[in-house]
Amino acid sequence: MTSQRITVRVQLEDFDQAAETALLTKGRTDIGAVATFAGLCRGEGDTLSALELEHYPGMAESEIAAAANDAAKRWPIDGLTVIHRYGKISPGKQIVLVIATSRHRDAAFDGARYVMDFLKTNAPFWKKEHRKDGAEGNWVDAREEDELAKQRWT
Amino acid sequence: MAGVDTTIRYFSWVRERVGKGEEQVVLPDTIVTVMDLLMWLKQRDDGFGAALEFPEIIRVALDQEHVDHTKNVGTPREIAIFPPMTGG
Repeated sequence: MTSQRITVRVQLEDFDQAAETALLTKGRTDIGAVATFAGLCRGEGDTLSALELEHYPGMAESEIAAAANDAAKRWPIDGLTVIHRYGKISPGKQIVLVIATSRHRDAAFDGARYVMDFLKTNAPFWKKEHRKDGAEGNWVDAREEDELAKQRWT
Repeated sequence: MAGVDTTIRYFSWVRERVGKGEEQVVLPDTIVTVMDLLMWLKQRDDGFGAALEFPEIIRVALDQEHVDHTKNVGTPREIAIFPPMTGG
């Protein structure tokens, strides 16, 4: 439980899941579990050309870091990497990545899920749809289920 | 807080409806709570009226920390006003 390695990045560029995992596991022989969650852009029945993600610089990072730090306190997590992209993202492309490493699987699974549940409702990001037919796209509505998902941890 | 400029930032459809991403304002002394602030902004013009039509769903951050509408505004350097978040 000493020296947990927590990395949070908010970036325009895509990320490489394998490379990010390697940063957490390279040279380590004590890690028994790696849980990875990646969120991708859905095309919504081929109607969307992209999702545009707006964020609040500074607060986006601090809210993700708060969730990651809480998870690291709550479970014996060795490493936690969270990357969230902003800007225009095409269907099929990656939006968010959470990797949690631990000795055993429960902490890795739970830690990754906890971070995602809090990130969804607390990190200041907003998605706007860009439609293929050129019509003005909608801002994606917040989902009640996301608020409820967070309550599982209280 | 009288006479002090505060930066207010707007995001997502709140930004689109008010027609700007940020501004400097001098908050009147009559504003005590976050809800007072939202009600004051709402009556400024039609854009603010549309953005803050349902103030109860609007989220507010003071110096990048989420706050409830019942909280006192105090003297933050930066206020942010935005819809529920949809990241991830």
